[in-house]
Amino acid sequence: MSDTQVILYRDVKKGLLVALWFMFLTFPIMVIKVNPIDKIIIWRWQNMFLVGGASFFLYLFSQIFLRKRKTSSQGDQAAKPSRLPFQQALITESKFFIPALCLFGLFWLSFPWLFSTYQTNIMITALMYVVLGLGLNIVVGVAGLLDLGYVAFYAVGAYSYALLNTHFGLGFWTVLPIGALLAMLFGILLGFPVLRLRGDYLAIVTLGFGEIIRLILENWNEFSQGPSGISNIARPGFFGIDMSLDAAISYTYYLMICLVLATIFIVNRLQNSRIGRAWFALREDEIACQAMGIDKTKTKLTAFALGATWAGMVGVIFAAKTTFVNPASFTFLESAIILCIVVLGGMGSIVGVILGALILILLPEYLRAFSDYRMLVFGAVLVTMMVFRPQGIISNIRRTYAIDEDLGQNTVRQKE
Amino acid sequence: MKIWAKTLSGKKSNMELLLEINSLTMDFGGIRALDHLDMQIAKGKIVALIGPNGAGKTTFFNCLTGIYTPSGGELILHTRDQVVQKLNGLKPNQVTKRGLARTFQNIRLFPSMTVLENVMIGHHCRTKAGVLGAVFRGKKTRYEEARIINQSYEILENVGLSSFVNEFAKNLPYGAQRRLEIARALATDPQLLLLDEPAAGMNPQETDELNELILKIRDQGLSIMLIEHDMRLVMSLSEYIFVMDYGKKIAEGAPEKIQNNPAVIKAYLGEDIEDVT
Repeated sequence: MSDTQVILYRDVKKGLLVALWFMFLTFPIMVIKVNPIDKIIIWRWQNMFLVGGASFFLYLFSQIFLRKRKTSSQGDQAAKPSRLPFQQALITESKFFIPALCLFGLFWLSFPWLFSTYQTNIMITALMYVVLGLGLNIVVGVAGLLDLGYVAFYAVGAYSYALLNTHFGLGFWTVLPIGALLAMLFGILLGFPVLRLRGDYLAIVTLGFGEIIRLILENWNEFSQGPSGISNIARPGFFGIDMSLDAAISYTYYLMICLVLATIFIVNRLQNSRIGRAWFALREDEIACQAMGIDKTKTKLTAFALGATWAGMVGVIFAAKTTFVNPASFTFLESAIILCIVVLGGMGSIVGVILGALILILLPEYLRAFSDYRMLVFGAVLVTMMVFRPQGIISNIRRTYAIDEDLGQNTVRQKE
Repeated sequence: MKIWAKTLSGKKSNMELLLEINSLTMDFGGIRALDHLDMQIAKGKIVALIGPNGAGKTTFFNCLTGIYTPSGGELILHTRDQVVQKLNGLKPNQVTKRGLARTFQNIRLFPSMTVLENVMIGHHCRTKAGVLGAVFRGKKTRYEEARIINQSYEILENVGLSSFVNEFAKNLPYGAQRRLEIARALATDPQLLLLDEPAAGMNPQETDELNELILKIRDQGLSIMLIEHDMRLVMSLSEYIFVMDYGKKIAEGAPEKIQNNPAVIKAYLGEDIEDVT
C-alpha cells in the first residue's frame, strides 16, 4: 500500500527529465522575446522555471493518480464484484435516482427564470448539442460507423427551414418534420455509397460528404445566398402569439427541453430493442453479425437515417433560434465537436453523451473569464480525459435481463 | 418447448436430402480453392468434412454461407416445407434465414455484449419488430421480446451456459465461448448447423462435453456438418465423412471406410514407400 502513495525516487528523476524536455520545447516561445523595433532580445528566464515546475508537478500527480487507479482496479477484480460504482448506483438504484431526477427536473424547468437571457441562450445551445450528440451516438457509438460529416445533416435541417420560410413562408412547426425527413433522406443518400466501407475509409467519405454540403451552400448563390447567408428567419411560433425576445428565448428553451426528453426516450427505447441489438452487433463484428442473419444494409441505413433525423430537427431549431444561417456554422469543426461529445461522454451511453455535451459546450462559455487560456484548458481537459478515461465519462452499461424462470416462461406459454 | 424441435422430419427416412452441392467451384484469381465439389447431405445426420490444412474446408463453408460467392456450381437446399432453393449468390443473412447457421474457426462473438444478448442476436432473422415497434413498444413487440429472452435462456440452459447469462461474452472461458457460438447459431433456428473446428483449442474434457452437446443437438432433429481436425471426435461423432485435399473431394463414406481409404491416408501421411517403387 505504501508504494501507491509514496513518490518514488524513480518518479522524481523521470519528472525532472520531463520538466527539462518541456523547458527545451517551450524555450523559443516562452523565453525568447524579440522586440524588432528596439532590436533587442528579451530573455524571460522566469517563464522557463514556471514551465519546468508546472510540468514536473503535473507529471508527479499523473503518476500518483495512475498508480492509485491501477491498485484500486486490481482490488475491484479481487474483492468486490457486487458493489456498483457510484455513477452506476446513481443510475440504477431508484433510491438515489428519483430524488436526483426531481431536483434535476426542477432546476431545468426553472432555468429561464433563475438566470439571464444570455445564460438561457447558452443553455439552449448546450441542449442542442445534447440532441446532436445523442443522434450521432446512434451512428458512431451504437452502430460503430465513424461519421465525420454529421454536421451536413444539421445544415440540411437548418437550410430547409431557412429556405422554406423565406421563399414559401412555411412556419416552424410545419418545417420541423420536413427538415427531419429531408435530413433522413440525406442520411440514406449518404448511407448507400458507404455501405461497403468501414473505419478509416468510412470516416474519409463522410468527411467529404460534409464538406460537399457546406461547399454547395457556400457557392450556389442562387440557391442559398452563398456565404452571406439567409437572415430574418421566423422564430418558433406558438399559436400565432407575438412574443417579446425574452419570451421567445424562454419558449425556445422549453422547446429544446421537450426535444431532449423525446430524444432520450426514443434513443433509449431504440437501443434496447431488436434494432438496437443489431446495431451493437454490427459494431462488434460485422461478419458474425451478417452470419447471424442480420441484414447489414438495412441496419446500417437505419442507423444513418435515424442519426441524421435528429440533426435535421436540431438544424431547424438552430435556424429558428438564431434567425440567421450561413455556411460558416456548418464547418468540419462542428462535426468534430459533436464527435468529441460522443467519445468524451462514452460511446453508446446516453447519460454519458448528455454530460459530454454539457461539459464541452458549457465549459468554453464559462471559461470566458480566463479568455486567453480557455481554449488551452479546453484542450487540456480533452487530453487528460482521453488519457485517464478512454472509455468516456460514463461507459456504456449493458442491459441485464432478470430471468424469472417459473413466472416468466409460464406467462409467455399461456399466451401461446 | 424446444425451439429446434420443429425439424423432426429428418427422422422419417434416412436418405431424405437436405443439401445438394453440385460441382461447386471457387477461384481466387488464378488459384482454384474449390474444384468441382459434389456432396449430398442427408437430413438429421452428423456429417464431417476433413482434410489437411489448406484443403479448402473453410472456403467451402464460406461459399455455403454466402460470405464468398462461388465462381461456379450449385448449392441446392431442400427446405422444411419441401421447397427446393438455390443458395448461390445469396447474402450471408439470407442464407441464415433459409436455415443454415454457422460458427467460426476463430471465435467471432460479440465480445462486449452479454451472453444472453449474443444469443438474442441469433433470433434477429426470426423476429420482426421495427423502428416504430421499438419506440412505441406495443403489445406485440413486448411479447416478441419476452419470447426471445425466454427462448434464448432455454438455449443457454441446453448448452450449459445458463450460469453466465449476464456476463460479457469476452469474459467467458474459451470452451464456454465456443459453446456460446453454437448457442447463438442455434438461436437462428437452423436446419443445418455448420461447425468450423468446434473443438480447436479445447482440452479433452471440454471436447467430451462438446461431443455430448453435438449429439444432443442432432437428437433434437438438426443436421450438423463439422470441420474438425480432432480425429477422435470426428470418428466417434460423424455418420458420414467427406475428405478434401487441394480443393477436391478425394473420398466420402462411413468413418470405418474412410479410416482405411488409401487416398485419405496418402493425403494425410504422404505417399507410401511401397507405392512409389
